[in-house]
Amino acid sequence: MKRVGAISLKTAEWIGLLVVALLFVFPFLWMASTAFKTMPEVRQFPPSLLPESWEWSNFVRAWESGPFLMYTVNSIVVAVGILVLQFLTAVPAAYAFARYRFPGRSLLFGLVLVVLMIPGQVIFLPIYVQLSGWGLVNTLWSLIIPYAASAFGIFLLRQAFMQVPDEVIEAARLDNASEWRIMWTIMVPMAKPVLVTFGLFSFIYHWNDYFWPLIMTNSDEVRTLPIGISSLHMSDGGTLWNVMMAGNMILILPILVIFFVAQRHIIKAFVYQSK
Amino acid sequence: MARVVLQGVTKTFQNQKVVKGLDLVIPDGSFTVLVGPSGCGKSTTLRMIAGLETVSDGNILIGDQAVNALPPGKRDVAMVFQNYALYPTMNVFDNIAYGLRNRGISKKDCKLLVEEIAEIVGLSDYLKRKPSQLSGGQRQRVALARAMVKKPKVFLMDEPLSNLDAKLRNQMRVELTSLHKQLGTTFIYVTHDQVEAMTMGDQIVVMSEGQIMQVAAPMDLYQEPENLFVAQFIGSPAMNIVSAEGRSDQLWGFRPEKALLLPASVSPVPADDRWVAKGQVVSREILGSDTLFHVETEKGRVIVKADTEEARLLGGAVTVTVAKPHMYVFDRASKKRVGRLGGREQAATLAGGVS
Repeated sequence: MKRVGAISLKTAEWIGLLVVALLFVFPFLWMASTAFKTMPEVRQFPPSLLPESWEWSNFVRAWESGPFLMYTVNSIVVAVGILVLQFLTAVPAAYAFARYRFPGRSLLFGLVLVVLMIPGQVIFLPIYVQLSGWGLVNTLWSLIIPYAASAFGIFLLRQAFMQVPDEVIEAARLDNASEWRIMWTIMVPMAKPVLVTFGLFSFIYHWNDYFWPLIMTNSDEVRTLPIGISSLHMSDGGTLWNVMMAGNMILILPILVIFFVAQRHIIKAFVYQSK
Repeated sequence: MARVVLQGVTKTFQNQKVVKGLDLVIPDGSFTVLVGPSGCGKSTTLRMIAGLETVSDGNILIGDQAVNALPPGKRDVAMVFQNYALYPTMNVFDNIAYGLRNRGISKKDCKLLVEEIAEIVGLSDYLKRKPSQLSGGQRQRVALARAMVKKPKVFLMDEPLSNLDAKLRNQMRVELTSLHKQLGTTFIYVTHDQVEAMTMGDQIVVMSEGQIMQVAAPMDLYQEPENLFVAQFIGSPAMNIVSAEGRSDQLWGFRPEKALLLPASVSPVPADDRWVAKGQVVSREILGSDTLFHVETEKGRVIVKADTEEARLLGGAVTVTVAKPHMYVFDRASKKRVGRLGGREQAATLAGGVS
């Protein structure tokens, strides 16, 4: 009896998990399926789960409906540029917050946390005015510079750096390592799972960001993929959902690839590491 | 190679003095052990020599150079930590080579030096492994190799063996002493374990509450403790302390292994050269080679170490006797040793009119 009970409990657990998984995966699969359908099949009712014929041409149409290569290059420049700058600013800041005692440390760290709580939409206007004053609006700089320092990154890395045992740093000091070398050769490698996770969050956020590029840019030369994809929406004669979804597939493909590569590190960052 | 000199070294943490004006000379090539109960300031002293803590007052000299203002990396010292403090993201080779690279030693020389040291400590087959893939003993060797490869003037060790199991600890103890002989470098070793101190050190510094209680060679420390603290700290089990007979300003002490335990039925030969106390055995601890008898006597509770394990002594009436030359005399107020009972020292101090 007991065994039967255990098995049925296990089954219920699995079914529950499956339902939740489907809930999350279904919209994604629906997008993928739609990207391959013809327009009549998209409109068809009841809808079909899988496309009757695989229309690869949707991807070609999406790609050719605008300067998508330029969008892609812009997206890469912006997302990677932000990532690099954020690493360069967050690592030393987090190291200082985690390892040094200086007057005003708590106050400054409090400020970082405050920044973490202010949504970008609240402060975009003053930033826009400022960038406009510098003549940077409608350039890639206007997309990169406001995000050069990440409060979230500083916070996350500080926590990771605080976990590093003091002795390891002291051993490095005795090994004649400068603070700079300790930071980059001891601390950063030890915080690698956290760095990868943060990098991924940052990259995904800025890769997908629609709001900021929409405000800061108005010409194709400096626009990014999400803006380009959304322009597919505005074609004449109603929205071509299949082409639109194909565009979305193009948009998320790099993120999927990166995620599969980095998956191991992300899990590591969230599960406490034992020696 | 160099001697280390401490001149009035003081450390204050938040208005609390944890090290109180140490004056100490650690001779070149010696194996000096700082020993004391936890919180006595021994680790802090070591960390000040390493440069990991600033000196609040006083001077530290390594060789003839005052190092107070020198950062740890420039002091030409190497340290082995209690929990090894290896760089977890680097493999064994990089762990050992890190200090060399920071000194700008060429890649080729680095490789040569690391391989040479790895050979000595028996790590040649493990150079590609990460610390997490090594056993405790192997990690300890990496920590040692990392210190040795720099060929420092002084080795500093902060309880390096306390994370190892008993068997490995004994083995490493022997290895460390032979390593010291081989290198001839000054070793400064911190431990709370008096057995480690006695077996490894050639100069032992006993510390308590931030002060030096006594500096001596192991046997001198055991046989001629200068004060009550050292007498009770060195030796296992601790020295028995009883009230002095006829002198309220003194305390007497004797080592458990110097006392004789006799059944009460055997009446001891009354003699002037013995201290005698009647009592009852309340418990015993069998150590294998010896047995510790806890005896409740008319003159206080004492421990006697004997090479018998006679069970019939348990609960029975016994007599504890100690030859007077084995009886140490301490001043009750100053806790300093005055001499021994019946010894020349005692006579001398009596003649000198102590108290």
